[in-house]
Amino acid sequence: MEPYKNHNSVAALMNRNNVDTDQIVPKQFLKKVERTGFGAHLFHDWRFNPDGSDDITFELNKPAFKGAKILVTGDNFGCGSSREHAPWAIADYGFNTIISTSFADIFYNNCFKNSILPLIVDGAKLDALMNEIASNEGVSFTVDLENQTVTTPAGNGFSFDIEPFRKHNMINGLDDIGLTLVHEDKISTFESNQKQSMPWLWRNA
Amino acid sequence: MTNVNAKTLYEKIWEAHLVHHEPGQAPLLYVDRHLMHEVTSPQAFEGLKIANRPVRNPSSILATLDHCVPTKDRDKPIADPIARKQVETMMANCATHGLNLYDMENPNNGVIHIVVPEHGFVHPGMVTVCGDSHTATHGAFGALAFGIGTSEVEHVMATQTLPQEKSKSMMVRVDGALSEFCTAKDIALAVIGKIGTAGGNGHVIEFAGEAVQALSMEGRMTLCNMAIEAGARAGMVAPDQKTFDYIEGKEFAPKGADWGTALNYWKSLPSDEGALFDTTVVLQGNDIAPQVSWGTSPEQVAPVTSTVPTPESFGDDNKALACKSALNYMGLAGGTQITDIEIDYAFIGSCTNGRIEDFRAAAKVARGTTVAAGVTAIAVPGSYHVKVQAEEEGLDKIFLDAGWEWREPGCSMCLAMNGDELKEGQRCASTSNRNFEGRQGKGGRTHLVSPAMAAAAAAAGKFVDISANNAS
Ligand code: SF4
Repeated sequence: MEPYKNHNSVAALMNRNNVDTDQIVPKQFLKKVERTGFGAHLFHDWRFNPDGSDDITFELNKPAFKGAKILVTGDNFGCGSSREHAPWAIADYGFNTIISTSFADIFYNNCFKNSILPLIVDGAKLDALMNEIASNEGVSFTVDLENQTVTTPAGNGFSFDIEPFRKHNMINGLDDIGLTLVHEDKISTFESNQKQSMPWLWRNA
Repeated sequence: MTNVNAKTLYEKIWEAHLVHHEPGQAPLLYVDRHLMHEVTSPQAFEGLKIANRPVRNPSSILATLDHCVPTKDRDKPIADPIARKQVETMMANCATHGLNLYDMENPNNGVIHIVVPEHGFVHPGMVTVCGDSHTATHGAFGALAFGIGTSEVEHVMATQTLPQEKSKSMMVRVDGALSEFCTAKDIALAVIGKIGTAGGNGHVIEFAGEAVQALSMEGRMTLCNMAIEAGARAGMVAPDQKTFDYIEGKEFAPKGADWGTALNYWKSLPSDEGALFDTTVVLQGNDIAPQVSWGTSPEQVAPVTSTVPTPESFGDDNKALACKSALNYMGLAGGTQITDIEIDYAFIGSCTNGRIEDFRAAAKVARGTTVAAGVTAIAVPGSYHVKVQAEEEGLDKIFLDAGWEWREPGCSMCLAMNGDELKEGQRCASTSNRNFEGRQGKGGRTHLVSPAMAAAAAAAGKFVDISANNAS
């Protein structure tokens, strides 16, 4: 997993509630054998016209939101099926931070496995952030995970809570595998012991 | 008298593989063998690539192509582009990481859980995983073998370990001998019928008792294979002389001086006298009759001598409801004599019953018969080795003479991913392991049986009580 770094980047606005994972990545794209490349299919049915060209009425297609790493969006983001393809697509597209009032449970957990920071704010704060973007499209926010703060030019910043182990894992880019590899020395010791006590396991396999 | 130090087979393997246990975190378990097929691994390889991680121990891995491979016209390219892509991806991934893959041209190719024992790749006491629930099969060797998800496949490739909570232990003992016409499959179905598909939840099952010990290694594999259908994490049988004899001399078996060292260790593995199990279930071998599943869950099973139950016969409301919906899907009326159920299809194969012993048992029944009018019968060996051996013994002729199709190996109609499938409403006597709705094709109706029962049903066009027919 990529370590999460503090950054200052464009915040994109998608003012919709209950965005489900089927909209994030429609099911016709699940048959792929890769987990990369899903960014091309993110919000496919909203993002593209039937002929494959960009639908310019879709908010994320606005030039001002190009290169955005932060997505500000409505309630209950990521509901629906548990597919991990959804966070794969979001991360692959380039977002690493999503700000909303609430997230679906499985999606929320999947975010942390994919170096995406899901931030929960109250309704009034979300409105303020949305207004700030709407009145100044292309505005950049600063996310500081170490100090657990978001700052904005118009002063709508806030501080957020995050479980210490999750914060630690994100800053250090540790996924489950990374966490296990913290014990790499113990795995190696186990292996050299097993080579001694059960040499046949290591002979002709 | 209880011996406080007495340990179960499961506990011994568990303790021998514990790498690390930090309070508040799941114990880290070492994995000796990692089995693979084309369906559940692509994203795991992709994950490694993204994180730029190597496969920690390529020699711990054995891979095959089985789920979506065709069972006929193998010389032609795979028609389904998605299946072809999966197969090609698997071949490329194995080449990149230097993994041992038995591809479609390889004489060792076949269903992963059939192929692996043929080469002695799993030994007693090993922790073995695979992105496939029927990994439980390898518990037949006294190994701890269980299925994992795609993210765990990646975890094992990268670290050779898995964070794992310890399971509870269940002893399933089958006392006394089995009747002549019953097999490991009938034990498996009878056990699931008794404890239910959730009966083994959270447990590792150890099968024991006279009837289990009497089983061949093939039979033990069939039995452990279906532990997953009882909801268990794994099934296992204590290793004994039969186990050792089976492994000795195989490609990946310990050789020379190693053999003696390994053997000593293996002999220390069986559960100690007085070891405690969280749950114990006892069946009598001679109570078990040939089984036929009548519903859409492996627990919906009955002896061939009985009738399809009515929803009212269940005391439990949920079970009554499940019965009702199963009968509806299966197109059956409660009270129907099992031997009156007519079939359209017979399938012998899968990792449950695709071994040489299964084809011998079926051929014995099929010899000199003719597949009933309107019935399609296909025999799909679990591997090329099974196929070659069966052909050497002339079993293919017996099937072909009786009107069966004799196919190339693969998972085939067990999960109907390769194009071998039932049509809407067709009814199949199947030696596979799952009778879920749509498992063998949309609207298809599956009855799980042993190979001999499937062969008898193919000839009669309906289920037959093979014990009655042959006893006279
Ligand atoms: S034969 Fe069936 S159960 Fe066995 S591995 Fe293949 S699909 Fe799975």
